[in-house]
Amino acid sequence: MGRKPLTSLPQSTDKSLGLVIDLDTCVGCHACVISCKEWNTGGYGSPLADLDPYGAEPVGSFLNRIHTFEVTPEDAPASIVHFPKSCLHCADAPCVTVCPTGASYKRSEDGIVLVDESMCIGCGLCAWACPYGAREMDPVENVMKKCTLCVDRIYNENIPEVDREPACVRTCPAGARHFGDLADPNSDVSRLVAERGGMDLMPEMGTAPVNKYLPPRPKIKPDCTSAPTVAPAAENPGGFLGWLDQALEKLG
Amino acid sequence: MHPAISVIFFTVTSGAGFGLMFMIGAGFPLPTGLAAAFFIPALAGLLSVAGLISSTFHLGHPERAWRAFSQWRSSWLSREGIAAVATLSLLGLYALIWMISGERLAWLGVPVAAGSLLTVYTTAMIYAQLKTVPHWHTALTPLCYLLFSLTSGFLLAAGLNGFVSASSRSAGIAVLAIVVTWACKYAWWKRAETTSLEATGSTMETATGLGSIGRVRLLERPHTGENYLTKEMVHVIGRKHAAKLRMLALVIGALLPVLIALTVWLAAASTLWLVPAFIALTTGLFIERWLFFAEAEHAVSLYYGGRGA
Repeated sequence: MGRKPLTSLPQSTDKSLGLVIDLDTCVGCHACVISCKEWNTGGYGSPLADLDPYGAEPVGSFLNRIHTFEVTPEDAPASIVHFPKSCLHCADAPCVTVCPTGASYKRSEDGIVLVDESMCIGCGLCAWACPYGAREMDPVENVMKKCTLCVDRIYNENIPEVDREPACVRTCPAGARHFGDLADPNSDVSRLVAERGGMDLMPEMGTAPVNKYLPPRPKIKPDCTSAPTVAPAAENPGGFLGWLDQALEKLG
Repeated sequence: MHPAISVIFFTVTSGAGFGLMFMIGAGFPLPTGLAAAFFIPALAGLLSVAGLISSTFHLGHPERAWRAFSQWRSSWLSREGIAAVATLSLLGLYALIWMISGERLAWLGVPVAAGSLLTVYTTAMIYAQLKTVPHWHTALTPLCYLLFSLTSGFLLAAGLNGFVSASSRSAGIAVLAIVVTWACKYAWWKRAETTSLEATGSTMETATGLGSIGRVRLLERPHTGENYLTKEMVHVIGRKHAAKLRMLALVIGALLPVLIALTVWLAAASTLWLVPAFIALTTGLFIERWLFFAEAEHAVSLYYGGRGA
């Protein structure tokens, strides 16, 4: 690798590649978790561990996890929001600057935050610095693992063009995950963010995340006072049903 | 935060080691002669090196630790490594000259003392820089670390000087040092009581961005089991007995050494008795440091159930 180790952040990046996650569409199926793990355990860096997978205390490293929250408005019933979470590839990534070895870095060309595993000493400080829980120490390899935005897919000319997007995006059956350049205001993802009011997670942390989340669309609130009620079944039906009823009665 | 024994041991012993190093470099009166010139710097070096070595136990790849010297421009952990090695090297040179010539060179002592303070400061800044842990993110954190280091070093140096000096004046200073240091820690604790993620503006609502819709509650974690994040950063055991442990830290680490130092001072006894006072202070510090980690909440806990998770 010709890269000079440097954990200072680039002043700016040519592109800001990232994800837009639609909380309205996500059905919480965890397919992205599985395809992420499947691709990344055989791709960039060392495999992603799974210890005691069929035992009492399974534990392993994942680059993408789905949480499920319940959100309760003041004046409406609670609703459930499935919440995929992976590295947000922050513009002001605190995980990068704390790294003592230069293993963590943010690429100036596309803004992807990566870990050079051969230089990682496994001190864990970057995971402490990240407010989002995007970094996990691999329990077998003892190096820090994080989302690579499938850097080994998106530029990979050996795979069909349709597959050149992160595994999670490619696999999502609901179309809840979108990939693109968020620095380009005319990209599909930027337009989606503008249209749907895409938001940052924990903006108060000052990390300037690249990934954006689209909030759930407002729910139609059920009008409880005039809810339709089921009409009671007719006591003495007429016509064909009346004849059938009487005929069956006669059979005893 | 998970209180890793290796890191607790490191911050306490290396703090004491660099504190003693400060006293050596700053020209604090110490026994003379070849044995003193060898053993006193060796003790300071040993305490800090033992701490540094123990801190490598929590690394995933200690064999690559040398790489940590490269990123001093941005990383406090890297700065700590460099400051520690530079200060230890200067101390080695200082001790060598002291052994050979019997002289304690002031112009070499000043950088040793300054380097010791700098090292402790960089250690503290590793924690104080983290916005994700509101308890730690304050200037009081480096102040406490520096004061604890200086007070431990002072007690040890004054205790060792008891071998040759009959004066008990330093015991009086020790009383003041211990009181001031724990007063600073008390201020840190008071601040911690009113400092939470919520108080600094981070809630489950901001973490999920769903606050504009309503109140947020975790329904299901991503997996039924634990993971690195929950083990490392969503540690809850410490908060249960926090008040009792604080009291224990104060009794062992503050009251006991103050009583010893006060007795030495008033009875004009040998300052050798400050060595047990040092041991008491250090024992109290182990409890204080355990709480420093165990009580601290990390922002990521908001994704795993919020307060109390």
